[in-house]
Amino acid sequence: MSFLTLFIIIPLLTIVGILLCKNHLQVKWVAVVGMSLQLITAIVLILVFLAERRAGNMAEVLFVQDNIWYETLNIHFYIGVDGVSVAMIGLTALVVFAGIFASWDIVDLPREFFTSLILLASGVFGFFISLDLFTMFLFYELAVIPMYLLIGIWGSGPRHYSAMKLTLMLMGGSALILLGMVGLYVNSAPGGGPLTFNLIQISKIHISIESQRFLFPFLFVGFGVLGALFPFHTWSPDGHASAPTAVSMLHAGVLMKLGGYGCYRVAVFLLPEAAHQMGWIFLILATIGVIYGAFGALWQKDLKYINAYSSVSHCSLVLFAILMFNQTALTGAIIQMISHGIMTALFFALIGMIYGRTHTRYINEMGGLMKVMPFLAVAYVIAGLASLGLPGFSGFVAEMTIFVGAFQNADVFHRVCTIIAASSIVVTAVYILRVIGILLLGKIRNPAYELITDAKWHDKISVVALIFGITLIGLAPLWLSDMISQGLGPIMQKLLAAAPILN
Amino acid sequence: MIDFSFTALILLIPLFMFVVLGLFGNRFKPLVSGIAGTTGLFVMWVLSLITAYMYFFVLEKAVDGTFQKFLAVNMRWLTLTDKLHIDMGVLLDPISVMMLIVITTVSFMANLYSIGYMKGEKGYMRFFSFLSLFSFSMLGLVVATNIFQMYIFWELVGVSSYLLIGFYYTKDAAVAASKKAFIVTRFADLGFLIGILMLSYLTGTFDFITLTGPDSPAFTSGQGVWFLGLSTMTWSMIFIFMGGAGKSAMFPLHIWLPDAMEGPTPVSALIHAATMVVAGVYLVARLFPIYVSTPVALDVVMYVGAFSSIFAAIIACTQYDIKRVLAYSTMSQIGMMMFALGISGYGGHEGLGYMASMFHLFNHAFFKALLFLGAGAIIHSVHTNYMNEMGGLWKHLPITHITFLIACLAIAGIPPLSGFFSKDEILAAGLEKSTFLYLVMMIVSGLTAFYMFRLYFSIFWGKQTQYEHTPHEAPKTMTIPLLFLAVGALLTGLIPFSNFVTSDRLPFVAHLEIWVAIPAVLIALVGMVIATLFYRKENNLPEKVFLALGGFSKAAYHKFYIDELYLFITKKIIFNYISRPIAWFDRHIVDGTMNGISFVTNEISFRIRKFQSGQLQQYALVFVSGALFLALIFIYLWTN
Repeated sequence: MSFLTLFIIIPLLTIVGILLCKNHLQVKWVAVVGMSLQLITAIVLILVFLAERRAGNMAEVLFVQDNIWYETLNIHFYIGVDGVSVAMIGLTALVVFAGIFASWDIVDLPREFFTSLILLASGVFGFFISLDLFTMFLFYELAVIPMYLLIGIWGSGPRHYSAMKLTLMLMGGSALILLGMVGLYVNSAPGGGPLTFNLIQISKIHISIESQRFLFPFLFVGFGVLGALFPFHTWSPDGHASAPTAVSMLHAGVLMKLGGYGCYRVAVFLLPEAAHQMGWIFLILATIGVIYGAFGALWQKDLKYINAYSSVSHCSLVLFAILMFNQTALTGAIIQMISHGIMTALFFALIGMIYGRTHTRYINEMGGLMKVMPFLAVAYVIAGLASLGLPGFSGFVAEMTIFVGAFQNADVFHRVCTIIAASSIVVTAVYILRVIGILLLGKIRNPAYELITDAKWHDKISVVALIFGITLIGLAPLWLSDMISQGLGPIMQKLLAAAPILN
Repeated sequence: MIDFSFTALILLIPLFMFVVLGLFGNRFKPLVSGIAGTTGLFVMWVLSLITAYMYFFVLEKAVDGTFQKFLAVNMRWLTLTDKLHIDMGVLLDPISVMMLIVITTVSFMANLYSIGYMKGEKGYMRFFSFLSLFSFSMLGLVVATNIFQMYIFWELVGVSSYLLIGFYYTKDAAVAASKKAFIVTRFADLGFLIGILMLSYLTGTFDFITLTGPDSPAFTSGQGVWFLGLSTMTWSMIFIFMGGAGKSAMFPLHIWLPDAMEGPTPVSALIHAATMVVAGVYLVARLFPIYVSTPVALDVVMYVGAFSSIFAAIIACTQYDIKRVLAYSTMSQIGMMMFALGISGYGGHEGLGYMASMFHLFNHAFFKALLFLGAGAIIHSVHTNYMNEMGGLWKHLPITHITFLIACLAIAGIPPLSGFFSKDEILAAGLEKSTFLYLVMMIVSGLTAFYMFRLYFSIFWGKQTQYEHTPHEAPKTMTIPLLFLAVGALLTGLIPFSNFVTSDRLPFVAHLEIWVAIPAVLIALVGMVIATLFYRKENNLPEKVFLALGGFSKAAYHKFYIDELYLFITKKIIFNYISRPIAWFDRHIVDGTMNGISFVTNEISFRIRKFQSGQLQQYALVFVSGALFLALIFIYLWTN
């Protein structure tokens, strides 16, 4: 048995532990222990993985485990990781860990809350380690469904509307994904023999160009909905605004990454020729998303809406980079997913903490918070600077890798898209500094806020862990970028092989 | 070959100070953090002096007699493509070594000065940690081994500047100014980034030594016509210059600099006078061989520099806030440096403009930092920024008075002070290139002398103002830097600069051009005399002249309404006509469609629901009518 199964087993055991607990404090501590273990396992995984690679183990996927699950349809429980999934697992473990501490103050039904949260997390972990499309889809659904309960029960504002909207839109996406995956399955044995959901096997065969063209839109749009592809992103502002803190963190930080990861791992990897042919449509949408999200954020007054639109912009940049079809841009896309994941989790954590103290999310009603809660305010400034791509934080590494990669495509169309997308860095600076200026600096507008207290110990753990993540990547990006870039070998081979067929 | 790897310490010390003061500053007494920061800078200053000494005097020159250009430290930071990778390291050549001296000297002096100036301010340790961050970023910028490292530190100096301008974060004006500075320079940096992307795509490298070497790929690639009749390489250099123009406050990206004076005065002296704002000049100098190979881009540098120079000099004559006068003066002087680069050629005497520009940069750092620190001492003692609320201060502030006068004489270009020498070289180089631009620069010289002595007389002489508290001289920590920098302003002009810093790193002998020097000194004297007549004693001459010039002087007083233009574009157009419609479109059209779909689905299900009423009669009716309908169809088909 591969030790990757630990990533499923630990959350499940934690859930069992939580259900056995007698009081709320125990629930929290069990959750903390479980997710700390998960984080440690993730770190060990990264170290072991890097050691294996350094030792010269260049297999496409490592730590493989393959069990037959349902023989009639040739469905396997098939797991394994490459550089990209290892990085995504590290991200997830960090965000979940921080999320537990950020929801320390939850009062209503903590047992059920933490159960759903960890169930969601286990779905995400399962998704990232799966190499069988069916298992992958199963875990994907496992991650999406608890979201409805988490927003509907623990949310705020028009939470039922938002929960319903989010779930329905994501389910619409899943329906497309399911169709696409079944389509892949049907086409998985062109030379006869048993059909398979095995992702690695499918990647080795050549699917006819007609089928590719038919399936690609299903898969790309299906995953794109979750990755905030314009114009299917509107669940994001409402969903985030209504969701409780930890759910926003997990959702924007990790769940949205399932979309980008799926687009890369399933849609583009398995259907490279169709990607080459139809990529331009989605590239236009992604470019629009980048700039549109940024301008959208400029006008908002609710902190969560600002961050949701900002996420649309940043996640569109992921799709934008994937559609550039070269190694540098793809590496940038993955780093951007990780960077944005940590950064946005930090943002939502801080917004939750600020809201918990001021009971409003409207920036105009606040002001001068730097004076009363310096720790949270400084953390917010750091998150903001990371978000606008300041060197020394992860966002800069990701954006620059993407732009340099995108610029390697020498034709006018790609160049224009790149320059439009790059100009978003200015708009981002405007909306980030606007929020910082109104929210944190200046004089305190509401005298009631003079009495606000700064971060508590659990807030600090959550915030410091996330800031550590973005600065680590920001200051020493080489190991991560090499690990990811090396994992992109197979997809690059396929993309390069696909290019001449077209020309 | 001497091992220069110790130069990495010059970068690491301030970084260490920043982290320590930033994280643990609260645990120290305020004074401790000030002294710790200053000590760190003192060590760096000594290290820089050692570096400069070893580089210029000990290290043997290359075979052809040039100063060497080499990597003292270099390590891989990020791999981008097969060819492109970002390294971090230290590049030593004459201009980077010169900048090391400028930055560490002024940083050290500004830090020392701040110990006294910032006494009793809240956030004392925050101030010193930001100053260390700035020193780190600025030094990283000048020793950059490749253009991407430069861009990284370029952004970091931008953010240090943002943090320091907004130091008094409860003051709305400071918050607005810091935001403006960051956003305007960020916009310029977008140009810089696009320029870097183009340049690196064309040449396949970020490395400065390769890019500016004799067989640089930049000389051969991207020469085809691309847009508006200019080659791709020319455009990429123009884009890169856009970044430099933003940082160096060149027209039309200058609007942030005057507002940046909201920051504490030592910050204005260090960042917005001596070091960060000359980064643009340094950038052009760093890529100079490529600029020479793209003459149109170099002409852009020349015209932008010349125009900014005279534009700012005119505005400086009309302002009353002493720090803003100095800010416009800075812009004008930097314009001169840009102009000097723009008219320069490459190699030997051809490169006179280049040498003059660097020389002026060096001298300017001393006298302008001195002026700002002096202004700080004045503001510290009279608690106002406006020169019309000052007057007669010479007897209260003797040391400040003398040092300020020295700086004024230096910037006005009176021999034998430093400004005279470098300005003379700039004018000499200008005369060789174009008479018209030479005349423009002469006018700028005259205006410079005028507005500096307008400032000087209004502050120290002029009317006898009654002060609430008798102004008193600043403490020692503030006067020592003033005296030190005054000595610098007196002496730096005597350095035989062309022996050290030249466009091709080959020393040459530059003579004092006597026929350029005499008219230059004369026009400066004219400016001074007019200022004396206007401002030595209180009279109504200035007002008369101001009114006589009518609309022009009013427009100059309002800084030619450039700020209003920007506000119109950003507030009115971008916010109201782009951002707001997008927000509306998203909520009502995109999201409206989604809600519409769900509404239609609901409606349909509502209608269909009625068929499932549970009433047997209705079911029977539907059943019978369905059967009849089918029967009719079958009969119809049957009969045909």
